[in-house]
Amino acid sequence: MRPRYVPNRGINLDYILWLFTRISGLGIILLCLIGLASAMYMGARLQMDLPTVLRWTFLPNPNHVVNSNIPDVVPGWANAFWQIMQFLIVTFAFTHAANGLRMFAEDYVGHTILQPFVRAFIALIWVAMLIIAYYVIIGSAY
Amino acid sequence: MAYGKYTGFKGWLYKGSTPYYAFALHRLTALGIILFVGIHVLSSFSMQQVLGTWGTTINAIYEAWWFQIIVIFCVIFHTFNGFRVAILDIWPRFIKYEKETVYLLWAIFIPIYLLTVFILVYGKLSGG
Repeated sequence: MRPRYVPNRGINLDYILWLFTRISGLGIILLCLIGLASAMYMGARLQMDLPTVLRWTFLPNPNHVVNSNIPDVVPGWANAFWQIMQFLIVTFAFTHAANGLRMFAEDYVGHTILQPFVRAFIALIWVAMLIIAYYVIIGSAY
Repeated sequence: MAYGKYTGFKGWLYKGSTPYYAFALHRLTALGIILFVGIHVLSSFSMQQVLGTWGTTINAIYEAWWFQIIVIFCVIFHTFNGFRVAILDIWPRFIKYEKETVYLLWAIFIPIYLLTVFILVYGKLSGG
């Protein structure tokens, strides 16, 4: 554990990412609440048990609740609204996670020769996971 | 976090106060969520594209009720503590009540988590 070299005050990338962590965290909570409320409006209260409701809240994907045999999940629940919700949640969550990993790495690695490699590695994981997750979301709509 | 000193593993045992344990748990649950969601996305990709059976095996473990209890702990704690941190960052004048916000966090977290665990275990026991 090393002290971090904090940049000067003002608008810089470190500050923007710090702000993004807060905004995306609150944004994920808001998206989950919107997903939960609209699922309840569509009848989840009568069709789902608690684990299924939680799974739908975290990622509103028809395949995510496939084990619960919901009768009209494909006609009623797989549409553009939920697809946009999934894209937003996945983008916010993975960016939040990649930035969090960067924070951990910079607390432990610090300003050494390793730092650019660690940053590049985390950025690579971030892009790869986003592509895979988008592929899963688009692929599960049909 | 022990400015200017290398503390190593002992840093985790540092004589911190209530907000420090929330901070440490926040990092621990963050790593748990990253591991869980990362492997879960990869295994779901493998299931969807039918790349062998390892994805099905991993997702079967993830759907087990005892694993859900761990995942729910990480997700709910990280959500509530992150909400607390965001609120304190938006209104910094409340930072002098940080210890009280952590007590409030546990007072909100423990009933919700115990209720969720109760419903998960009860559903498992009654075969629902």
